[in-house]
Parts: sequence; structure tokens; C-alpha cells
Amino acid sequence: MQLRRAALLATAAFALILASGCGKKDSASSRSADGSAPKILRVGNGAEPTDLDPHVVTGVGEHKIITSLIEGLVTYSKDGDTAPGVAERWDISEDGLTYTFHLRENAKWSNGDPVTAHDFVGSFKRILTPTLGAEYSYKLFHLVGAEEFNLGKLTDFSQVGAKALDDRTLQLTLKHRTPFLLESLKHYAWFPVHLPTVQKFDGLTRKGSLWTRAGNFVGNGPFNLVDWRPNQKITVTRAPTYWDAANVSLDGIEFFAIESSDTEEREFRTGRLDVAYSLPLSKIETYRRNHPDTYRATPYYGTYFYRLNVTQKPLDDKRVRRALALAIDRESIIKNILRDAGQTPAFNFTPPSDKFTSEARIAGDLAEAKRLLAEAGYPEGRGMPRVEILFNTLESHRVIAEAIQQMWRTRLGVNAGILNQEWKVYLDSQQTLNYQVARAGWIGDYNDPHTFLDMWITGGGNNQTGWSHADYDRLLRTALESKTEADRMAVYQQLETILADEVPVIPIYFYTRIYAISPKVQNWITTPLDNRAWKWIDLAN
Amino acid sequence: MFRFIARRLLETIPVLFIIITATFFMVRFVPGGPFDSEKATTPEIRANLEAYYGLNLPLHQQYFNYLKAIAQGDLGRSTKYASRTVNEIIADKLPTSLQLGGLSLLIALILGLTAGTLAAVKRNTKIDYTASSFAMVGICVPTFVLGPLLVLIFSIHLGWFSASGWYDWQDRVLPSLTLGIVYAAGIARLTRGGMLEVLNQDYIRTARAKGASEARVIFKHALRGGLLPVVSYLGPAIAGILTGSFVIETIFQIPGLGREFVNSAFNRDYTLVLGTVILYAVLIIALNLIVDVVQVWLNPKLKFE
Repeated sequence: MQLRRAALLATAAFALILASGCGKKDSASSRSADGSAPKILRVGNGAEPTDLDPHVVTGVGEHKIITSLIEGLVTYSKDGDTAPGVAERWDISEDGLTYTFHLRENAKWSNGDPVTAHDFVGSFKRILTPTLGAEYSYKLFHLVGAEEFNLGKLTDFSQVGAKALDDRTLQLTLKHRTPFLLESLKHYAWFPVHLPTVQKFDGLTRKGSLWTRAGNFVGNGPFNLVDWRPNQKITVTRAPTYWDAANVSLDGIEFFAIESSDTEEREFRTGRLDVAYSLPLSKIETYRRNHPDTYRATPYYGTYFYRLNVTQKPLDDKRVRRALALAIDRESIIKNILRDAGQTPAFNFTPPSDKFTSEARIAGDLAEAKRLLAEAGYPEGRGMPRVEILFNTLESHRVIAEAIQQMWRTRLGVNAGILNQEWKVYLDSQQTLNYQVARAGWIGDYNDPHTFLDMWITGGGNNQTGWSHADYDRLLRTALESKTEADRMAVYQQLETILADEVPVIPIYFYTRIYAISPKVQNWITTPLDNRAWKWIDLAN
Repeated sequence: MFRFIARRLLETIPVLFIIITATFFMVRFVPGGPFDSEKATTPEIRANLEAYYGLNLPLHQQYFNYLKAIAQGDLGRSTKYASRTVNEIIADKLPTSLQLGGLSLLIALILGLTAGTLAAVKRNTKIDYTASSFAMVGICVPTFVLGPLLVLIFSIHLGWFSASGWYDWQDRVLPSLTLGIVYAAGIARLTRGGMLEVLNQDYIRTARAKGASEARVIFKHALRGGLLPVVSYLGPAIAGILTGSFVIETIFQIPGLGREFVNSAFNRDYTLVLGTVILYAVLIIALNLIVDVVQVWLNPKLKFE
């Protein structure tokens, strides 16, 4: 009897658990204007966003969501060029130090308030306020006084180079020429927030206020936040208040937080996703062969490279560094390990782009590498201290490290070890120069070679090699003073020449974004940083 | 019995205190911090950040502040998820983990007890071999193999259930089954062993001699004793189902606490690490207490001491 009762109870509990929490069927509910089924784009978006506050977050996934909710001064055109956003036009002074933005009259927040120049000034002040502890405040350091204000050395914000001349005119004053300013304005650190809303939730100088929750969020972008389910999805729907609402094709977007690319690929295959953020390495071959209509591999503005700690023997000798760089067969790594998915071998640091392609290359054959090693006092690798390749725990990094270890051993006789560390430990080791060779990757912050080449300035936070070169530092500073773009690019060529000669880092390959996208998705353009304006995207029925 | 429970509850206070203290200092001594990232910021910005979270104070000061806060039930603010508190994350994710765990446990018990009892009763027959092999396979095949395999069959080929997500009932079937099967295997083996031992006891022979039906012998007399090893296994197993579902939650994209538990350590999200550790510690202590009580209730030889 007792057992029968237990069984009954168990069945009831089972049904109850099944039923609980799965009541509501959900989808972005708004109907399309013509009454047809709503066009909802479903996008895999990587890890759960840490927040949706543009002055707090630092990630790429966050960028994708925030650009649907908030629009900055400039945005992307349908073809991926720089296009007017909240600013309908702008003037740049002769000396390149003053930018005057004229804001459009019909730019509105989702609650109907107009977007004004004061909103931008207040937002810049907010991200630069020291107590907010914004990690990306340095992105605004091009402005006069911004760095001093952020460091607390300046308390009067009116001395910072951001002024509202009137409601619709914003003037930015720079401390040095910044030819890529418009490019960097596409980054969310420069985005405005609706200050009264932020203030209402006490978030002006404080992180983690509740203003970014669905229901509270006020933005000025093409879409509005309607639902945020942590670790599941974020739903946005078309914003009627957006100034260019007529050009917004989608009724909504669902951003799914999916960390595992295997899981994401299965979601894509079962039709739950229109865009999979990435494909697992093991699926590349299958997709390329069997589903070429959904497979995408597009150049990505980033470099996979090895940092060399130049403060220790034997890597303090640039001949050794060059020899190690020359002995790597990059084609073989791309073909055999990366499944030849469109990556290109890197012989210089900055990825090629329509703006700049490096002429300098780390060039030379194996004989040259052996000669350099012998010159450095290690003929055939004899007597050379063992070097260790550090990488963060990930299978693909391991395989590449093993391949390079093998290449160095068989081709140069160099004895190398490999060492993996958990992500944060690995970051710590790099920052404290507690390594010899370390795997690294760098994706540009904006579409300009400067974002790659300013890393190697002496003592720079991202240098992490101990490398210092007076000429390099001097040239880098002159780059921004160049009168013409051609002059500036010429300086970058010189910088690349120094890097190719000194080899503080060994470039290995230039990244490719590999993902899957349904043929239904229209106007999905490719840009170097894989960003686009959501308003142009459409879904075919 | 009440004295027993009260004493055990009192004992948990020092245990929890030790766990909190050890965890607090261990996470701090691990290299790397919550704000280390591939793109370095300036030391000044970092100082701003640390000041914001109170990480610039001397460690002992932070420790006492933390103790003070948790005494008031405040587990602090997550450093990774800027707009969420640890209390909120736990309140948000725990129900999902409990639901997944509850369903899996039911599946595990139904499958495991049935298979184990059948195997014991029909010892050394084909039924026994089938059930035992099922158990062996369940123990050997890891969830990260079983999960995708079930997805391949039931969602991609047959289209019956969802491949992942946690929205409708179709989403709940495969993850619960995957997690359930693994524990069912363990339960089946323990049940079989326990039942075999009990079925050879004198009192079972007595029951049979009195002419009790086979069903009555098994369900009324044997199962109670046969379940003892299963019950002692269940305490840690339930905790394991709730904590150890990291893999399942990742494979099936489930917004549960298991992932936060593991990822918080990778993210050096100090407060979230501590919050989840405290929660799981309480859970394990509570479950062990319940198991002890149930064992006394099932086994007349034991007394509350």
C-alpha cells in the first residue's frame, strides 16, 4: 500500500515539475505591419552578457546587443561604411582637433524624449567618472582632459573637450589628431545613455543599478529591450520611436546566450537559430562540403601570435627570436590544424585591410634561421636554454603549440616545452612576464592599423613582452601628427619594419570568423570587425 | 530524535564557518583576479574598479566585511555580472537546477529501482544480465557522450524533443533523461546488491514459508531493507545531481546554477564562488542529515544516538 502511494506521489510530483515554469510559450509577440508573421531574427550570441550598460561592459557579445538598443553619433551604412547615426553630419577643423557634430532633430529616446548633445556630454562624463570604475573609459582619452578627469586629477568636467554648444550641436576637442575617431565612435563606450532613467535607478556613478533591466531600459536604437532571461535569451523588438524606423526591416531579434559551439551548432541544425555565432572546428569540413549555402568564413581583423619575453635569455637576442619565427611553417598549421578555413599566414602583425597592408615581412628561409641561431651562439640549437610555450587551456591552442614545438625541434634543434594554464592564471603570467613564449590573440578595437601598432609602445598595458624601442615609440607618436592619411600609413609601414626586424612577437595567422547563417537572412554584410547595423538586416519568408 | 537533529544542526555552524573561511582565502590566493582580461586597462582604471568592489581594502578587512554581510543574508555583488547580486543569481538559477535535478532523480529512481529489483529477483537470468549491462553502460558512458547521442537520435533525426534550451516541456526531456540515466545506473547496481543480500535473510524465508505472495515478499518485506544502501547513496547523489549538472547545463543550454558554480571560479567572481559554495555546503549537510534520519526509520537496528 505504502509503495503504491509513493508511486502515485512520485507521478504527481513528476507532472508538477514538468508543468511548472514551462507554461508560457514565448516569442517576440509584435505582429508585422502588414499582419503577416513577425520577422524575428534568432541569433546565437556567445556567452551571457555581463550587463547591457554601455559604460560598464567590455565584451563583443554585449556589443552586438547594445548596438540594437542604442545608437551612437555614427553607425554603419547598408554596405558597412561609416554612416550618420544620431549625428546627421559633422565638421572637422583644419587641424583635425575639433569635431562638431550636428544631431538630427528627430532622434528620440524610446520614451519619446529627444536625444540631445547634453545627453552625450552627460554620458561621456558618466563613463569618465572615477567612481564608476569603467574599464573602457580609456577609449575616450583622445578628448582633451578626459584622462585627467578619469584619474581624478581634474574635477571640473567643463574643462574636458566635450561641449554641447546647443541642444543639437556637440563639439569634441581632441588632445591630438585622431584620424580614426569616427571609427572608434562606433564603439559603445561612446554611446549615450538616457540620463534621467539611469539617475532614477541611482546608476550615474554606480554599476549594477537596475536601469538595464527589461521594462526599465530606455534606449535610442532601432530596437527596444522587452525581455532578458539570464543564460537563455534577450529579446528586442522594433522601436517605433527610432528616427529611421521606416528602414528597420525586422520586427525583433532574439539573442541567445549559448557558450558551447557544439550546442549552438545543434540549435542551428534543428532550425532554432538563424545565425550561429561560431562553428566547432570539427564541423567546418562538413559544413563546407555539405552546406555551403550556410557556411561562412570571412576575414576578421585579428591576429593569432606568440608573445616573446625579451627580458630573459635566450629570447633577449633578436637573432634567436627571428630564427624561431622563421622556422614556423604557417601554411602547414593552417592546412592541417585549422582545416584551411580561410585563415592566412601572418608574417607581420597588422592584418591586411583596405586601408593598410604591411610591406614588411618576417622573411627568410630555414638556412637563414639556422645561420641566425648559430650566430647567436647556438649552432644546431646546441647549448640553447630550453624555452617553454605557454597557452591558455584550449585544445586548438595545444595542438598549435605542439606543432610549433615539433617544428623548432626538428628544424632548428631547439628544445621547447609546452605549458598550459587556466585562463586567468595565464593572463597573470603574461602580465607579470612570468613566461618565455606565450600564445596570444588580438582583435582590433576599431578598423585602423593603429589599434594593432600602439600595443607595442614601451610599457603599454598590452605590450607584455618587456620589449622597448625608442624609435618605435617616437614614430608611433608622429603617426597621429601626420598631415595626410598617406603619411600616416607610411609611418605604420616603418613601424611594421621595426617589428619584423626586432620580432618581439611572432605572428602566426590572421583570424577568420567562421559561422553558419541561414540563407533566409538578407543584407548580412561582412565587415572587418564583424559588426553591422541591425536595422538593415532582413529575413526572407 | 529532536535532540539528535538539534545537535546536528548546531554542528553545522562551525563546519560552515570553516568552509567559508577556507573558500574565501583560497579564491584570493589563486593567481589572476576578476578584472584580468586579454585587453589590459590602465593601472588607474583598475584601481578605480577595485575600489568600487572594496577589493582595495586589506584582506582581513574584506573578510570581516564579508562575514558581516552574510550574517545579514547578503551574499554580495557579482563582479562578472555587474547588474546582479549573488542572492539574485541564486534565486534565479536555483529553481531551474532543482527542477532539472528533481526530474532526473525521479527518472533515476524509477529506472534504477525497477532494474535493480528485477535483476535481483530474476538473478542470473537474461533479465538480470540485461539490467546489469544497462547499469554498467550507464556508469561507463559519460554525460557529455550520452547527451549529444540522445540529441542526435531524438531531436535531430526523429524531431521529437528539443536539442537544447529550457522553455517548454520538450526541452526538459533529454537533459533530465541524460542526467537521470547516469544515476539510474548507480541506483540499479546498489538496489540489486542490497536486494540480493536481503532476499537471503531468514525473515524473507519465513515470509515465504508463511505463504506470502512473491509480490508481497518483495515489496512489503525485502525492499525496505534492500533500499538501505540506495538511501545512503542518495544523499551525496542528490547533491551531485544539483551540483554536478555543469556538463548537462552546458550541453543543453540550461540556465541553472551548476554552470555558475563552475564558471564563477574561472571568472574569479569571488562573491559568486562563495555564494554557490555556501549554498551547496548547506545543501549537502541538510541532505546528509535527512539520509541519516531516513536510515534509522528504515533500519530498526539503528537508533538516534
